[in-house]
Amino acid sequence: MSFYGLVDGSEKSLIHFLDQLSGVDQVGAEARAAMLATRSIKTSSKKWAIETAISMVDLTTLEGADTPGKVRALCSKAVRPDPTDPTVPSVGAVCVYNDMVEIARTHLDSIGGKHVPVAAVSTAFPSGRASMEVKIQDTQDAIDAGAAEIDMVIDRGAFLAGNYGLVFDEIVKIREVCGDKAHLKVIFETGELVTYDNVRKASYLAMLAGADFIKTSTGKVAPAATPPVVLVMLEAVRDFYSMTQRRIGVKPAGGIRTTKDAIKQLVLVNETAGPEWLTPDLFRIGASALLNDLLMQRMKMSDGYYASPNYVTID
Amino acid sequence: MATKKPSRIDVKKTYKLYINGAFPRSESGRVFEVTAKNGDFVANPALASRKDLRDAVTAARAAESGWSKATAYNRGQILYRIAEMLEGRSEQFESEISLTSHTTPAKAKVIVSEAIDRWVWYAGWSDKLQAVSGATNPVSGPFFNFSISEPQGVVAIASSDSFIEFIDAIAAAVVSGNTSVVLVPGGLAVPAMSFAEVLATSDLPAGVINILTGSLDELAPWAASHMDIDGFDITGIQKKKHGALKEAGAENLKRIHSFGSGKTPTRILAFMESKTVWHSVGI
Repeated sequence: MSFYGLVDGSEKSLIHFLDQLSGVDQVGAEARAAMLATRSIKTSSKKWAIETAISMVDLTTLEGADTPGKVRALCSKAVRPDPTDPTVPSVGAVCVYNDMVEIARTHLDSIGGKHVPVAAVSTAFPSGRASMEVKIQDTQDAIDAGAAEIDMVIDRGAFLAGNYGLVFDEIVKIREVCGDKAHLKVIFETGELVTYDNVRKASYLAMLAGADFIKTSTGKVAPAATPPVVLVMLEAVRDFYSMTQRRIGVKPAGGIRTTKDAIKQLVLVNETAGPEWLTPDLFRIGASALLNDLLMQRMKMSDGYYASPNYVTID
Repeated sequence: MATKKPSRIDVKKTYKLYINGAFPRSESGRVFEVTAKNGDFVANPALASRKDLRDAVTAARAAESGWSKATAYNRGQILYRIAEMLEGRSEQFESEISLTSHTTPAKAKVIVSEAIDRWVWYAGWSDKLQAVSGATNPVSGPFFNFSISEPQGVVAIASSDSFIEFIDAIAAAVVSGNTSVVLVPGGLAVPAMSFAEVLATSDLPAGVINILTGSLDELAPWAASHMDIDGFDITGIQKKKHGALKEAGAENLKRIHSFGSGKTPTRILAFMESKTVWHSVGI
């Protein structure tokens, strides 16, 4: 494999590449993210932003208590988020645990939701603590069941211990399992990587190893998708594009609950990576509660009065 | 030219809003002026906007499950605690009311003691409501049939400019377990925000009572149409405007009432719902 001609696949070349990345200006990144968060998006732009955000939501349920019924209900909502208004777009994907993929795929197909992909979290999500064989089997199971997107977690322990080669090889192997059947999203769990420098390194490591998307968090650890972290990742995909002419997607997940948060993310995307990234193919938001808030804001805009959670589903 | 050196620098109070247990400024940054009878400047309270109303409703809704599920005993205790705090600061309220509603100090003293008495009177209802308003209904079948009164949810209040009616409206709404968003007009903003300070030091959970000062004409239509407000007390709004507000509130079947100035338990029941339960006997 060529790895874009930037590394040769050996740990030595990888470390060499990651070491020559410049460090992140922490104060600068936080200030820029905070500055961009003050942008005010109104009227027709806000309506566009809300609908774009809806189409980017990876509608997620990752609970121990997930039942087939709950997953089916979620799928119905994914296809038609607001049953009273068919002009609301479908969401970007449904994100579930491995064993729920088949239920989700079958139900989506049966209700006219063939266009909505199923994303599966795999490689011993959320901790990533399992043998390579288990992780490969986990991924294979999800693809066999019909998952078109694989959200894998990296081994944060190995990353923090400096075993970049191990993390890299894992991503490469899972990428091979995915083949051309599934998109690969690589989850860093940025809340456990501690520094922005680590987030930048992890971003390049995953992109070099063949990730189609880089994703902030599992949603199980706080802090998750904070604006500065997303900013650092967006800078990474932008610079990676100028090196390789390949656009990698970004998926913030965890802690994005309100329309305001979502629109702040869209502003970050537009101002950092560029408007080319403002598509569900290159930007997704992993969320569950967010969708209801987006729908309520959309109702407020169309009805002219404030909406109530009584008129959206309880998930 | 200053000829006399002041003994110390004035520590002036900034009047803000009371939302979710905190004292934010209006998101709009606006204020309005309150003056004394002789035209002297008294304060610049915040002029709340519809977005402050939106935030207050979100806070009230979030507080609702905790407050409505608190025991009646606990709610009564907290409301009584508020009366204790009011009593301790009664002189401050007297001077503020006298200043802003242009009445004599003697009259203001009567207003404050009556307001505190009313508050205690309503607080006492918390653990008696169920006994008085609930019922075991006779039915022609082998069933027990109970009616139980439950709080509605979030109640908005457009207060009149009288401090006693302001106290009446809030006490009647929250004693049953509702949470509230109170819209306060004109000079009443000054004692109302001191009342917010009383609430903040009385173990009242954040969001149960939210107070917005400003223009009722600006805020009331937004409250009337807000789908997440369940009841609206429009005592402070002129009669000729009631029709339009009731029309706006029809979308979510909001209960919209206005009340006279007396204290009465029907004012509490106006924002409660009756739940009837059938329970089979002998099976």
